[in-house]
Amino acid sequence: MFDPARPHRCSPKVAVRPEPFGALVYHFGTRKLSFLKTPELVTVVSGLEQHASVHAAIDAAGVDEAQRPAYLRALAGLAANGTIEERP
Amino acid sequence: MRLVDHFQYGLNSPICLTWELTYACNLACVHCLSSSGRRDPRELSTAEAKSVIDELQRMQVFYVNIGGGEPTVRSDFWELLDYAVAHDVGVKFSTNGIKLDRARAAQLAATDYVDVQISLDGATADVNDRVRGPGSYATAMRALENLAEAGFGQPKISVVMTRQNVDQLDDFTAIADTYGAQLRITRLRPSGRGADVWDELHPTAAQQRQLYDWLVARGDGVLTGDSFFHLSAYGEALPGLNLCGAGRVVCLIDPVGDVYACPFAIHDDFLAGNVRSPGGFQEVWQSSELFTELRQPQTGGACRSCGFYDSCQGGCMAAKFFTGLPLDGPDPECVRGFGEQALAARDGSTVLPKSEVDHSRSAPRNSRGPVPVTIGRRPDKACETSPLAGMPDDASDSRLRVPVAGA
Repeated sequence: MFDPARPHRCSPKVAVRPEPFGALVYHFGTRKLSFLKTPELVTVVSGLEQHASVHAAIDAAGVDEAQRPAYLRALAGLAANGTIEERP
Repeated sequence: MRLVDHFQYGLNSPICLTWELTYACNLACVHCLSSSGRRDPRELSTAEAKSVIDELQRMQVFYVNIGGGEPTVRSDFWELLDYAVAHDVGVKFSTNGIKLDRARAAQLAATDYVDVQISLDGATADVNDRVRGPGSYATAMRALENLAEAGFGQPKISVVMTRQNVDQLDDFTAIADTYGAQLRITRLRPSGRGADVWDELHPTAAQQRQLYDWLVARGDGVLTGDSFFHLSAYGEALPGLNLCGAGRVVCLIDPVGDVYACPFAIHDDFLAGNVRSPGGFQEVWQSSELFTELRQPQTGGACRSCGFYDSCQGGCMAAKFFTGLPLDGPDPECVRGFGEQALAARDGSTVLPKSEVDHSRSAPRNSRGPVPVTIGRRPDKACETSPLAGMPDDASDSRLRVPVAGA
């Protein structure tokens, strides 16, 4: 279950390719492509490793507070498809 | 802005890159999009191909679609395959199955990160071999058997939809199920030798509707390479990008390193550069004049006033180009019939563009001149032995044939 209060990271099986709209994410395990549709979401995902929680990474990326629920939904989706995972 | 809108303006690297490794092929399919047959002496060497792979790795192109020609007839094919996989460039390769014996099937089953796509254009030998040549059905089936026996997970069966096989869609599904394969169907383009047979092989209007209905009803789990987006104007959008990705998210590297906007557009007008040039592939992808132009907002031209433009986006650039239609007008297979009208309105002065790149075994050797053909040529009786029977090998004789433009 995705818990944004816990520390997370980008999966080591994932590569993030910057693109004008945000980034393209490729999972070498599942061979699935997904898209990070805003530059802020890319900052959040790449910053997970440096923060104690998903919430902290969202704060640090300067995401508008009104957007937090939408970001949490997107991040829950990324956790479900294995792009991000809880940090051991 | 929707993601698809971003895609129109291009990406840092392609998402869907096709790389044809050789023009050599053991078959001579009548609709070959790259007019393959003979190897080109200028094809990339092993070292050059590896440096392209290095570059793809740097550009984070996570997988390539490898084809030909028949890629497996290159003696370094398996070496390049391993090299790509070891450099984080996954491979899906298309083959007619000629080299997929039991040993290769077992080797592939043991390799992660490789997809295999077996070409099959008829669910019966009769229908398939008429297009792909005698024995090709048996070859494909043997390859599928070998892969299944080796425990290779889910190869693809890749079918080009023609007037002769639209009725066989359920049979293709059954074949796929038998071999634990996934069905992939794509659109017949008038590219390469496909131009010679397009008039008689492309699905009729009624068959297009049949195909669309089938995709909506039974298309779950069927891959389409996004190639039927022109059918979205029937109503429900089909899954996929529904956008012509040429030069935006898609491109082709051909066997001699030439980079074209799309695999179906092997013609000087769509040639963006060559991977052997100093900036390599990256420079061509990111800065070539052609790709920059393709990434400009599209006007829609004659289609702009059509209520369905948003769903079909005017269709396929290559299909329009090789049938002599304007690029900003309707697709020749426009489901509203505008393409048929445009085709009918072509007059005797319409010159059909012909690619100078032709490696057909019937073409004059080392010629980059036009290769005369008769349009709408039906494979003749002697075709039972060779799909190209009746085509002259001798250039002097072929000069007497009716040129495309006047047909």
